[in-house]
Amino acid sequence: MKVTLWGTRGSVPSPGPENVRYGGNTACVEVRGADGSLLILDAGSGVRRLGTVIGPEVGRIDILLTHLHMDHILGLGFFAPLYQEGLEVHIWGPPSAGHDLGTRLARYYLSRPLFPVRLRDLPCDLKLHDVERGVFSIPGFEVTADLVLHPGPTVGYRIRENGASLAYLPDHEPALGAREFPGSPEWISGFDLAHGADLLIHDAQYTVAEYSDHVGWGHSAMSHMLAFARAADVARLVTFHHDPAHSDTDIDCFVEEAQAAGLPFPVEAGQEGATYQVGD
Amino acid sequence: MGALPPGAGANHTMAQMEIELILMRQLASHLTMPIFLYGPDEDLLYFNEAAEKLIGISFDDAAPMPPDRLAALFRTKTEEGKRLPSSQLPIVIALRERRPVHQPVRFRSLDGVSRTIDLTAIPLDGQGGRQLGAVAIFWERKEEEAAE
Repeated sequence: MKVTLWGTRGSVPSPGPENVRYGGNTACVEVRGADGSLLILDAGSGVRRLGTVIGPEVGRIDILLTHLHMDHILGLGFFAPLYQEGLEVHIWGPPSAGHDLGTRLARYYLSRPLFPVRLRDLPCDLKLHDVERGVFSIPGFEVTADLVLHPGPTVGYRIRENGASLAYLPDHEPALGAREFPGSPEWISGFDLAHGADLLIHDAQYTVAEYSDHVGWGHSAMSHMLAFARAADVARLVTFHHDPAHSDTDIDCFVEEAQAAGLPFPVEAGQEGATYQVGD
Repeated sequence: MGALPPGAGANHTMAQMEIELILMRQLASHLTMPIFLYGPDEDLLYFNEAAEKLIGISFDDAAPMPPDRLAALFRTKTEEGKRLPSSQLPIVIALRERRPVHQPVRFRSLDGVSRTIDLTAIPLDGQGGRQLGAVAIFWERKEEEAAE
C-alpha cells in the first residue's frame, strides 16, 4: 500500500510561514491499495486537497474517522467527491453511547447553522457505518479498529494488505494516569493495533514540559510516543498531530532528539505530501 | 464486524485489555479506597495499594483467583457472621447478574484482623453490549476493627 500524508497538524489548521515544511492542514492520510482501492484516514482540512486529485477511475471511497473532534472532520464539507452524484462513499466512525455516526455527524457539523449543506442532501451515494472494535473488510484492505485512550469515543486503526500493516493512532494518550509507562503490554492502550506494524503514525503533540499542563487532553508527549513505539516493536515511526504552536524548527529539534536516542527503528516527522510504501 | 481476536496486532501472547479496564485500573491506582477489578471471566485483574494494605498481600504476590477462592481465603461472611455462599458474594452478583450491590461484609485479613466493611460492587458495561467485568470497592469501618 502507498501512504500519503495530506494533513499532519493537530487541533486546528495552522497555516503560516513558520509551518510551511510540515504543513498546517489537520489530520488526513490517503492509503492506496495495490489494486487501486482508496481508503482515507480522517477528514481534517487536508482532505480538501486530496479531493482535488481523485480521478474518475475511482468508483468507491472509504473514509475511516477515528473520532469526531473538529480537526478530524472539518474538511468533509469541502471534499469534492461528496458532491459527485452517484459516487459510492462510505464513511466509517465510532458511535457514541446514545447516537449513531450519522446522527453525530449531522448534529455536530453537517447541518445548519454550522454548514449550509445537510448530510442528507449530499448527492453522492453516501453510506455511513458505525465502527465497533473488531476486524472488518473493505475493498483492498482488512481493517482492525479498537478503542484507544482519548476523550470521547475514539478508535485507532490497523490497516493490512498482503501481510503489510499500517497502524494509525493520531490522537492517543496511552500514558494517561499510568504509574509506570509503558509497563506490561496488556495494559497499554493501542498496543494490539500497533504491535509489529510496518509503519506507525502516532500522536506527537507535546514536549514533556508541555504535557504536564495538558494531562487528560488526549495526546502524547514525544517521549510517550517513543516509549509506546518501542514497546510495540514497530518497524518505522512517523510523528503526527503536531501542535499548532510548534514551528518547523521546533519539530526538527524534537525529531533530531528522538533520532539521537538510539531507537531500534527510524523516526521521522510527518510532513504534508510525504509518501511511504508499506509492503510490496 | 468480527470480534477483535486476542493479540490482533501480532504474535504476543497476552491480549491487550479493553480500554475501559485500562482506564479503571489507572483510576484505581490513584484512589485511596481499596478497589478490586475483575474481568468478564471472573478473573481477578488488579487490586490497588489500598486493597493490598487492607488484605495484607500485594497484587504481585497474589495468585490469579476467582472471587469465591478469594472470599474463602479471607473467610468472608455476612455482617452477622454467617457464611456467605459464593453466589451471594457482591462481586459475583455484579459479574453474573449485571447489577450493583452494596452490603456490609466481614472478612479476616492475612494479618489475622477481622474487619467489617461496606462493599460496593458495580458491573462495568461497555458500548455495544460488551460486558467488561466488575469492580468492588471496600469502604472501611476502622472503629470496628478487632483482633480475632
